[in-house]
Amino acid sequence: MASDLTTPPGTTDPTRIHNIGYRSYDGPRLGRAYARRSLFSQSLRGAYGLGRSAKSKVLPMILFAVMCLVAAIIVAVAVAGPGMTDLPVKYTRYAIVMQAVIGLYLASQAPQSVSRDLRFKTVPLYFSRPIERVDYVLAKYAAMASALFILTATPLVILYAGALLAEFDFADQTKAFAQGLVSVALLSVLFAGLGLVMAALTPRRGFGVAAVIAVLTISYGAVSTVQVIAWDQGSTGAVEWLGLFSPLTLIDGVQTAFLGATSAFPGGEGPSAGSGVVYLLAVLALIAGSYAVLMRRYRKAGL
Amino acid sequence: MIATESLSKRFPRVTALDRLSLDIGPGVTGLVGANGAGKSTLIKILLGLSPATEGTAAVLGLDVATRGGAIREQVGYMPEHDALPPDVSATEFVVHMARMSGLPPTAARERTADTLRHVGLYEERYRPIGGYSTGMKQRVKLAQALVHDPKLVLLDEPTNGLDPAGRDEMLGLIRRVYTDFGISVLVTSHLLGELERTCDHVVVIDGGTLLRSSSTSDFTQTTTTLAVEVTDSDTHPDGTRALREALTAAGAKLHARVEDGLPGAGHILLVEATGEQTYDLVRDTVADLGVGLVRMEQRRHHIAEVFRTDEHAQAGTDAADEAREPVAAAQHAAQHAAQHPVQQAAQQKGDGRDGI
Repeated sequence: MASDLTTPPGTTDPTRIHNIGYRSYDGPRLGRAYARRSLFSQSLRGAYGLGRSAKSKVLPMILFAVMCLVAAIIVAVAVAGPGMTDLPVKYTRYAIVMQAVIGLYLASQAPQSVSRDLRFKTVPLYFSRPIERVDYVLAKYAAMASALFILTATPLVILYAGALLAEFDFADQTKAFAQGLVSVALLSVLFAGLGLVMAALTPRRGFGVAAVIAVLTISYGAVSTVQVIAWDQGSTGAVEWLGLFSPLTLIDGVQTAFLGATSAFPGGEGPSAGSGVVYLLAVLALIAGSYAVLMRRYRKAGL
Repeated sequence: MIATESLSKRFPRVTALDRLSLDIGPGVTGLVGANGAGKSTLIKILLGLSPATEGTAAVLGLDVATRGGAIREQVGYMPEHDALPPDVSATEFVVHMARMSGLPPTAARERTADTLRHVGLYEERYRPIGGYSTGMKQRVKLAQALVHDPKLVLLDEPTNGLDPAGRDEMLGLIRRVYTDFGISVLVTSHLLGELERTCDHVVVIDGGTLLRSSSTSDFTQTTTTLAVEVTDSDTHPDGTRALREALTAAGAKLHARVEDGLPGAGHILLVEATGEQTYDLVRDTVADLGVGLVRMEQRRHHIAEVFRTDEHAQAGTDAADEAREPVAAAQHAAQHAAQHPVQQAAQQKGDGRDGI
C-alpha cells in the first residue's frame, strides 16, 4: 500500500472546495481469486434481491418466508402437541414437501443470475478483467447453489431448534438433522446446475423461468404418475427405477438409500443401497454435465 | 505499449489479421479501418482472450499468449455494443466492475465516485442505467474501463451512436484520458476525421494488414480541398459562377472537376486550401458578394489521397471510404466555422450531415 495520498485534503476545514483533479490508484490489486469471490458474493446477494431494486427483493423474500413459516408451524405443532416424540415432518422430507416453493425460487432467480449478463451483453466486460471463463462459471454456480442451500437449510435449522425445544431425543435429532443438511446440500447443487443451464441457454428471461418450472414440475409429475400406475400393477421394481427420471425423485432415491430417509415413492418403495449407487451416480453425472454445458455455453460468449 | 510481430488470425473461412506488425507507444493512438478490417479481432487478441494463429503480441511488455490475466488487470476495455444492465445504477455497476478488476471494496467505491465525476456523471449516477441517454451510457462504459486506473484503455468505437455534440464531448474526454489522467488510449473508429483531431498517432488497417501507421501531424499537413456552396441572390442570379469569378480574380486555385452524387452537386466549388488565409478569403469574398454561404467543408476523396505515399491502397477501400470522408471533412469545417461567426450556416449544414 502506498502512502496515504488519497485522503481528501481539507478535512480540518470542511468549507473549502478543492479541485483535486485526477488521482491515480496505486493501492493493491487483489487479482483473480478476489474477483471470483466478489462475483460470488454479488450473485449470492442478488439471488435474494440484495443490492438490486426493491421490486426484485419481493419474490425471493416471500418464498424464503414461506419456507421458514411452514417450518415454524411444524415446530409449533411439535412443541404444543401432547405426547409427541418426533417432528411430524422429517428433515429429509421437508424439501420434497416444499418442492413447489423451491422450484419457483429457482425459476425466478436462476434466469436473473445468468440471463441478464447474456442479454445485456455484460459478459464481455467480465472477461475483459482478470477472471477467466472457469471463474465466472464457478462463481455463478456456487452462488446459485448457496442461495438454494440457504433457502432449504434454514427451515431445517428451525425444525432442529424446535425439536430441541420440545426435548426430543438429542442424538436422534442431531443425526437426522445432519442427514437432512447433506440431502439439501446435494439438492441445492443439482438444482442450481439444472436451473443455470436452462437459464443460460435461454437469454430471454421469461423463457428461462418457464423452462425451469416446466422441467421440474413436468418431470416430477410424470414420474410420480407412472410410479403410481406401476405400483398399482404390482411392479415394485419399476417404481424403484422410474425415480431416476426426475431431479427430485433422484434426490429422494439418494437420501432413501444413504441418508435414512423414508421414500416418498408410492408404498415407500425407495431404492436399496445397491440401486442407490446408481441414483448417486446419476446425480453426480447431472452436476458434472451441468457444469460442462455451462463452460461450453460461455466459450463463445466472451467479447 | 503494444507491440505485435507478424500477428495473424485465421478463421476457417476468413483471415481477420494477416501478418500484422505494429509498435504503438504511449499517447492516444487511433486504429482506423472499415467494418471487418480486423479491429475487434486485434483487441480480443490484445486482451489475451483469443489466441493468435501465428505471430506474437505483447501489451505493456507482457506476452498476450501467456500473461492474459496480468494484462487485463492493467488494461481497460470499452466494448462497441451496449453492455450495461438497465436495472442497476451507474454507481453500483461501476463499483462491481472495479471489484472485478481486483480493487478492494473501499477503493472500488472511492475510485467509482472519482471516475464517474471525471467522465461527467453527477447526480444521475444514482439512478438506474435504463433511463440514461446514449451519451450517458457511453460515459458509464468509459468509466468502467477507467475505474481501476489502467495503464492503457482499449476503446472500441466510443463515438458510435452519438450526435455531433456528444461525439465532440466524447472525443474531448478521450483526449483528457491521456493528457489529464496519464492513461494511454487505443481508440478504434471507422471515421478518420474524428481520430485526426484526437490522436497523436493513427494506424490504418484494412483486410487485416497494415495500410499505414504515422503520426497525426504527418497527414494534417497535406493540402486539402475546400468545398464551398453558396446561394443565389438578386444581384447575382448565379451565385456559384459569381463566386468562381471573384475567387479566381483573388488568386485562389479552383479545381475544374465537379462533384456528383452529393447534395448540391453542380453548385459546389472546389477550392484548394493552402492554409488559414484561404478560409478567410472565401469568407470575405462571399460577404462582399452578398450571397449566402450554404457550406464550406474540407473534402478528401480517398484515404489513399491522405496516404498518398502508400502504393497499395486498394480500390476496394476507396469505394467504402468515399462515403465516409465527407463526414470527417464536415467536422473540420464545423471546427473552423466556430471561429468565424459568418460561417454559422456552414457549420449547421456540416452537422446535419454528420449523423451516421
